[in-house]
Amino acid sequence: MLRFENISMVYRTDSVETHALREFSLEVEEGDFVAVTGPSGSGKTTFLNIAGLLERFTSGRYILDGKDVSALSDAETSRVRNEKIGFIFQSFNLIPDLNIFDNVDVPLRYRGFNAAERKRRIESTLETVGLTSRMTHLPAQLSGGQQQRVAIARALAGNPRFLLADEPTGNLDSKMAMSIMDLIKSINMAGTTIIMVTHDDTLASMARHNVHIRDGRVSDAESDFQLADVATA
Amino acid sequence: MFRYYFKLGWLSIRNNPLLSALMVAAIAVGIGASMTTITVNYTMSNNPIPHKSDELYYVQLDNWDPNQDDDGAFEPPDQVTYTDAMVLMKARKAFRQVASNRSSLVLEPDNQDERPFMVDTRNTWADFFPMFEPPFLHGSGWDASADENLERVVVLSREINEQLFGGENSVGRSVRLNGMDFRVVGVLDEWLPIPKFYDVTNNPWSEPEEVYIPFNVAIENELPRSGNTNCWKPVDGNGFEAFKTSECVWIQFWAELRNADEEREYMQFLNAYVEQQKELGRFPRPLNNRLDDVMEWMEREEVVEEDAQVLMGLSLLFLGVCLLNTIGLLLAKFLRRTGDISVRRALGARKSDLFAQHMTEAGMIGLGGGLLGVALTLLGLKGIELLFGDMVDNLVSMDWVMVLTAIALAVVSALLAGLYPTWQACRIMPASQLKTQ
Repeated sequence: MLRFENISMVYRTDSVETHALREFSLEVEEGDFVAVTGPSGSGKTTFLNIAGLLERFTSGRYILDGKDVSALSDAETSRVRNEKIGFIFQSFNLIPDLNIFDNVDVPLRYRGFNAAERKRRIESTLETVGLTSRMTHLPAQLSGGQQQRVAIARALAGNPRFLLADEPTGNLDSKMAMSIMDLIKSINMAGTTIIMVTHDDTLASMARHNVHIRDGRVSDAESDFQLADVATA
Repeated sequence: MFRYYFKLGWLSIRNNPLLSALMVAAIAVGIGASMTTITVNYTMSNNPIPHKSDELYYVQLDNWDPNQDDDGAFEPPDQVTYTDAMVLMKARKAFRQVASNRSSLVLEPDNQDERPFMVDTRNTWADFFPMFEPPFLHGSGWDASADENLERVVVLSREINEQLFGGENSVGRSVRLNGMDFRVVGVLDEWLPIPKFYDVTNNPWSEPEEVYIPFNVAIENELPRSGNTNCWKPVDGNGFEAFKTSECVWIQFWAELRNADEEREYMQFLNAYVEQQKELGRFPRPLNNRLDDVMEWMEREEVVEEDAQVLMGLSLLFLGVCLLNTIGLLLAKFLRRTGDISVRRALGARKSDLFAQHMTEAGMIGLGGGLLGVALTLLGLKGIELLFGDMVDNLVSMDWVMVLTAIALAVVSALLAGLYPTWQACRIMPASQLKTQ
């Protein structure tokens, strides 16, 4: 489903080389819910950015949904992101000028759906996250938890195969965080593969599997299933 | 998607009113300055009679002082003498021909309560009307027999007809000019050739004359002249008769020649005439007659003045400076939106989607700048009118072509100004922004 084969990511400046990922290998099965944990600077976010095709890696191979996406063009990666991947960010990243309806509409616009189809999907996903009554509100008029629900609705509207969540509860209080986690779990139960980066061991324990990253590599000792059993490129 | 981009552009403009207003103002000021000068140049270079401008030829005969060469090119004078005009008229070698000059006569209204007033007059021939095709509201021009028989007939402009007869059909009525009664044979409709090509020796931007009378009648009655008169020899004697036979030039001469053969034959005729006159001691300069069609004549007379062209160049440079400002402002605006751009990229927007979105916004700002620029252009033209008065009356109006040109220029300028900021916006790496929002 999602397969990293010996992926390395090196950030270079004039004088410094930083290895964010070192021959990182991982395979996530369809329908799984994987929590990625690790200390700050371990490479969690880099992993998530590469998984979401937001960054190009230095070496290795990335197979997504059976297809090598290592060297796709900008337009192709955009299409893959739009059709197969949903993002949930720590700081919600809603567009402040757009109301809730229009925020959820953004990925659907780039998908090319007609107005009726977009409306149906927006209303359906907002109903899933319990915000149909707030469709005309601006993000600033909602609480943090509600904003994250909108972000989840936006991620789900295009019916993606993967949901990539980067500290999805990082900006929420514990009650709100649990509510969002319940929602994410229910989405996973409905069949969407979820990869969630988190610092919080409690939240990580709610995932089916845990992957611990340390120094840009999967730490087998601290992960709860055999992850690196993949062929090297 | 364009409607979506339009909506996003409108939201962005509405949410940054000050920055947006600054950009619109920068473009508007540049457009206002450049379109003011472009409009003046455009009006100056207008073809006033496009369907037959290449069949109407202005005649120049080089009858001038052989020792006087002000510009080093021995340019022939821009008008002809009475003697030559009469020969050319009587010869009737062209399909149509007309000699004419400008004068100013006193019109005495029938109503004794109204005071006499001066009217701009054109002394001309029957062919004037079919050659230059002024539109008629009532009646028509006079015929050739009226020229020959010295008939006192007159064609009135629409304005004078409204002033004298309340706009009624005045054909057959009488008009008193300089103490003589003239019978109205025609009333013109609105007619405003810009420039006034048939006589650019006087102000080419002035309105056509208010009344038209036969040239021969004006000569016969020694009616006063008001156009340009230039002489390279002293007039031999006193009085109007002496002036008529002098070498003073004061008459504009046009010939209608329908094809190249007619033009060639007419030039041969002119050259033969001048050669013959040389034998009589006239035309001391080398043979240098000219036939220019309407647009050639406008160019030769420099109807589009060089100053106006220089000014247009400077104003376009100013527009460039305004666009540089707009580039800076757009750059600031677009790069403040890195979070929005990154989110859209994460949600599946291609670079081309973002490019189209931002260029649409730049275009909308250009549209706003164009509309305001049109208003500033009208203000600029009004300023020119106030500065130069009647001389530029017909130069300082904007037609729809120029309004649309102003808006198109503004939009294109804004799109050009938007290219670099948009390119920079599209280069933003989404991953670096999403975590830090």
